[in-house]
Amino acid sequence: MKKILEKEHRTLLTGAEAAAHTMRQLRPEVVPVYPITPQTPIIETFAQFVADGFVDTEIINVESEHSAMSAAVGASCGGARVLTATSSQGLALMLEICYIASAMRCPIGMAVGSRALSGPINIHCDHSDSMMARDAGWVQIFCENAQEAYDLSIVGQKLAEDQRVLLPVMTIQDGFTITHSAEPVALLPDEAVTEFVGEYRALYPLLDTEHPTTQGPFALPDYYFELKRQQVDAMENVYAVWGELQEEFAKLSGRRYRGLFEAYKLDDAEYIYIVLGATAGTAKVAIDRLRRQRKRVGLLKPWLFRPFPTEEIAQALQGCKAVAILDRALSLGSWGPLYSEISAALNTVSARPLLYNYIYGLGGRDIRPDQLMSVLKDLEGESDANVQRFIGLRE
Amino acid sequence: MPNTKALASYEEREKRFTGAHALCAGCGTPIAVRAVLNAIEEPVVVVTATGCLEVATTRYPTTAWNVPWLHVAFENAAAVASGVESAYRVLRRRGKISKEIRFVAFAGDGGTYDIGLQALSGALERGHRFLYVCCDNEAYMNTGNQRSGATPFAAQTSTAPVGQESFGKIQRRKDLTEIVVAHRIPFVAQASIGDWYDLANKVRKAISTDGPSFINVMSSCPRGWGHDANQTVKITRLALETCFWPLFEVEDGRWSLNYVPEERLPIEIWLRPQKRFAHLFEPQEKTELLREIQKQVDRDWERLLQRCEVSACASV
Repeated sequence: MKKILEKEHRTLLTGAEAAAHTMRQLRPEVVPVYPITPQTPIIETFAQFVADGFVDTEIINVESEHSAMSAAVGASCGGARVLTATSSQGLALMLEICYIASAMRCPIGMAVGSRALSGPINIHCDHSDSMMARDAGWVQIFCENAQEAYDLSIVGQKLAEDQRVLLPVMTIQDGFTITHSAEPVALLPDEAVTEFVGEYRALYPLLDTEHPTTQGPFALPDYYFELKRQQVDAMENVYAVWGELQEEFAKLSGRRYRGLFEAYKLDDAEYIYIVLGATAGTAKVAIDRLRRQRKRVGLLKPWLFRPFPTEEIAQALQGCKAVAILDRALSLGSWGPLYSEISAALNTVSARPLLYNYIYGLGGRDIRPDQLMSVLKDLEGESDANVQRFIGLRE
Repeated sequence: MPNTKALASYEEREKRFTGAHALCAGCGTPIAVRAVLNAIEEPVVVVTATGCLEVATTRYPTTAWNVPWLHVAFENAAAVASGVESAYRVLRRRGKISKEIRFVAFAGDGGTYDIGLQALSGALERGHRFLYVCCDNEAYMNTGNQRSGATPFAAQTSTAPVGQESFGKIQRRKDLTEIVVAHRIPFVAQASIGDWYDLANKVRKAISTDGPSFINVMSSCPRGWGHDANQTVKITRLALETCFWPLFEVEDGRWSLNYVPEERLPIEIWLRPQKRFAHLFEPQEKTELLREIQKQVDRDWERLLQRCEVSACASV
């Protein structure tokens, strides 16, 4: 098999291309593919790697995302390492099987180029698709840029296949903003990634005909609850395994993803912004400008959304004055999904900060640093907390 | 062609599907499953769609299966089988599996004609090497006899019931076997639990083709059809004798008939013993509907004969 990379290589890549390089270096046995904007360049780039002989993978050109996830579960139960990618309506269509993938403890890796859900139909970024899948039992990792999309999908696959976890993992990058924007990405040597992740060995491969197993049986009220409880335990284990793997990955790459979230200028912050994905980059510019105005502001960017870093975030927010929680998705009839998580996380905190919920960027609506900076006035007391507000919306 | 002794001996060799299941007395599905699995000599992996077969054979933590068995959902047996078969091919290529394994997917008519049709079509078009067996009992029986695309004209179901304004299903059943033939896969057949030899032969042919194969097996549901549990095989045989469910196969596009009754029985003979058709005979006989049903059977039979004749002429 030909190899592309023998040593570390810094090059200009889109987020989609970076994700495809991860897929190539993970050497998956099976990759079911189905096109959907803005994820398509991930599977196209990967298909070309296969066509050019850089990796020996069975690509299954399925006829829908529902079948993509179904084939992924079948191949994973068979004993294969399985990766795929999707967005938006595609994730919605496969959602039924996403729940089954996690219940069957299939460590499938999926790149998500996040995009608004219909209707109306819209191809641009928001987090409605990933948030819709938040209860499906998948580990969810949000990435700020192409480098994170590359790194965290490598770590994510090792996390998925760890015997203490054995859960599917989705690595989420913002559609177009990351999937289609080129930036410098440092790629690891192929061999280094192969060694870091290792071979996938299924505990009970269906294809072991000498030891037949019945997989996906029917569980009645006498067992269903206990089986779901095992998924709870597996999710709990993610926190510790994530920490171990990040240490290991830091040794390999020199890039350190310390903790379950990135803490940007948080140490002395009185006012804290919380945001997922690419907007964290915009928020960092806003924070830097506000800092120059001697405002004590900081940014908390969760990498993990599932499992949610409840305790760690509660600790980080304890004692600050107010928090701006920026949601790029709606949960119609309630708070933004991220807001609900943070609010619940703070239940155990005595010095509870005021919480402000902002909905922004739906359907790819742009968000600028000055808009994020102007939020600070609310936090400083000009507006009531516990009100859902919208940034960049024509009322 | 195996004889009865040979067929029975396969069951002795290895019990792949055991009696430890909760399917109803007289259910046709386990007859089909055993006949299919016993006709395969190689190691086999089974995928099953949601339905009676799955629910009644795998109540956790028990199982009736002695072969690797996988169930994921209702509409995706063919897609799941695609995944398993692809994993097998690449693991074999990479030297992680050495033996020959065969793949069989079982689903009902609801999971095949209706909700699973897209996944089936995709898998056939992609050319995965597996046998898909549809156990066709002509309605959604696991949920209590609701109408499917396989339910015959004028049959009573709980979602197309008989009443003052209704005689049951007003549409004809779809011809799934013909839809599958249109995919130009190497082997397609129609079979019945009423003919064990024929089914076993078709399974052997199907399993030895290098590509997808499909067998549509008529299988009665005594509760849904409304007949005694000990009449299952007899009733499905009557479907052959009346030519309602002819046995045929299509190998590489060549159609051939596997059974021609010496004397075709009128369709009434098949309809009468089934409660789902009782309204056609009581309180008074619905002669026009019966005539219409007979006409449909006649037309379909003629059409099938023509296809088989054309194939026979072409191969001379």
